[in-house]
Amino acid sequence: MAAASLEAIENNTKYKHLVAVRAKLGVTLSILVCIIYFGFILLVAFAPGFLGASLTGGVTTVGIPVGILVIVAAFLLTGYYVNRANGTYDTLTKEIIEETSK
Amino acid sequence: MNRKLLHALTLGVGLSPGFAFAQAAAPAPAASSVSPSAVAMFIFFVLITLGITYWAAKRTKTASHFYAAGGGVTGLQNGLAIAGDYMSAASFLGISAFVYAWGYDGLIYSVGWLVGWPIVTFLIAEPLRNLGRFTFADVCSFRFEQTPIRILAACGTLVTVAFYLVAQMVGAGALIKILFGLEYWHAVVIVGCLMILYVTFGGMIATTWVQIIKAGLLLGGATLMAFLVLLAFNFNPGALFAKAVSVHPLGGAIMGPIFKPGAPVSTPLSAISTGLALMFGTCGLPHILMRFFTVPNAKEARKSVFFATGFIGYFYILTFIIGFGAIVFVSTNPDFIDQAKVAAGASVITATRGFPNMAAPLLAKAVGGDVLFGFISAVAFATILAVVSGLTLAGASAISHDLYANVIARGRSTEADEIRVSKIATVCLGIFAMVIGVLAERINVAFAVGLAFAIASSCNFPVLVMSMFWKNMTTRGAVVGGFLGLITAMLGVILSPAVWEGIFGNPKGSALVTIDNPTIVSMTLAFVAIYVVSKLDTSARAATDRSGFAMQFVRSQTGVGAEGASAH
Repeated sequence: MAAASLEAIENNTKYKHLVAVRAKLGVTLSILVCIIYFGFILLVAFAPGFLGASLTGGVTTVGIPVGILVIVAAFLLTGYYVNRANGTYDTLTKEIIEETSK
Repeated sequence: MNRKLLHALTLGVGLSPGFAFAQAAAPAPAASSVSPSAVAMFIFFVLITLGITYWAAKRTKTASHFYAAGGGVTGLQNGLAIAGDYMSAASFLGISAFVYAWGYDGLIYSVGWLVGWPIVTFLIAEPLRNLGRFTFADVCSFRFEQTPIRILAACGTLVTVAFYLVAQMVGAGALIKILFGLEYWHAVVIVGCLMILYVTFGGMIATTWVQIIKAGLLLGGATLMAFLVLLAFNFNPGALFAKAVSVHPLGGAIMGPIFKPGAPVSTPLSAISTGLALMFGTCGLPHILMRFFTVPNAKEARKSVFFATGFIGYFYILTFIIGFGAIVFVSTNPDFIDQAKVAAGASVITATRGFPNMAAPLLAKAVGGDVLFGFISAVAFATILAVVSGLTLAGASAISHDLYANVIARGRSTEADEIRVSKIATVCLGIFAMVIGVLAERINVAFAVGLAFAIASSCNFPVLVMSMFWKNMTTRGAVVGGFLGLITAMLGVILSPAVWEGIFGNPKGSALVTIDNPTIVSMTLAFVAIYVVSKLDTSARAATDRSGFAMQFVRSQTGVGAEGASAH
């Protein structure tokens, strides 16, 4: 990459916007996953009784849907990010490259 | 038996990829479990994969083909291959066996192994793909002095790979001994030789397809078993749980966490440390990171990690159903229980033939007869082969691409030289794995895998993530921080109560470290050292390192200048 185009990209408004929004989304989602997972682990460590309590009076406990929800949430958040990145962010990236390579 | 089991757990980071094999030394059950259909299906799998290797060998002409399958793998294919690389036999047999023995606790482990994947997606996959070519060291060393960073990354890779590989080999030997009635060392040699063949001749192309086929077989086999279990209960999981509670020796306790003293999350600190190792260790496993270079661009890299997360999450939910199915169909079937042990006072769980490895294969036999048993046994074997091939390729690449081409030859070697070195390295690593695998028959596999995750999260991950996102990191900061993380993680595991007292037999209370998993300390130390040393670094090299960030960052964000890596 030539130095000129590096500078052009860095000064491009769309590039600045892309970097800012993507970093914000990535960091927010990472923190969210950490809260969900470490929340689950702390429940296991400190409130096993809560997870072991019956859900609706039968043998199925609160912990079963909670554990499965953590797995499903991890998958859905991944999907949300990939969807955003492969749509909005890739379009932006393409525009940035077109604008700066003139 | 229970004490040993707990002990195995204590060792690790939820380390249960190795859990299933923690008792590798247990005597093999009667040869009656050897099934002709298992052997036939295994031979069929080997022939197919050797055919693929032959096909791949003809297509492996350049270094890009050898390391990265020419960059021509699609997102879906790579997602399957990542799943195939990550879902080890130990996690299939281990988690289902864990659920079989303890119920709900198995789910806690499954969750831990999945949560690293979103982090890989949000922070790692895209910049990694945009900056690297063949190994994650390409990314770490992008703007730094090549020699020290390559050596650091190669050490991180080789140590992680070595422990992971030995764990898989020992597990493979123990498993095959039970499934096919072979001698332990025969089994290790068979796995080692097949792995050398796949990687040496077929490189990444063959490894990728072995992993894809294995992932398909494993997902298909696990789906079928879970389906048959649920079918027996009219697809009502509540009825399955109720039946399991009524037959399991621990009763209703299996439906919630059963934490006893010495378990991995017995203290808040151990719980968090273990969680950190699982989550961030996944982001630093060299054989997994390498897979992101096989796709043509960042878009496919993101897609592949999305598919992988889905497959892996789905698979872990299946193993939970399989474990409960085994409680209902295996522990109640006298054919699968060693009555002599029951008479001696063991529970039906610990008296199960092949405990703790065999819950899933025995369930296959219970619900699908000999054919399904054979199929699942062959799948377990295929699983091991796929994982060890990926590991060996990652290790060989660190030797040939990082150490040989960029440190020893300083970029003056030809591609042909580099490929030749990586083939020699593959053979050497294969022989190393076989020899250590045979010698280490009685090693606690959970310990070895725990060390691999702890090192990946304390050395590889901090260096990788800081090099990608922190402008002020310098060569010196990376080297000091990376090695500090590597060494403290190793010491932390060796000096922990579980290893120092449990494995080396030192007196109780003599361990210098009191937490079971060092990651919370070693990973933090690595980050702090990288930060402090980089900040204090005023050398000329540091200025070069910092000035290189702007260009690196633009490339990591936009892919401008990234390796096209398309097949050519």
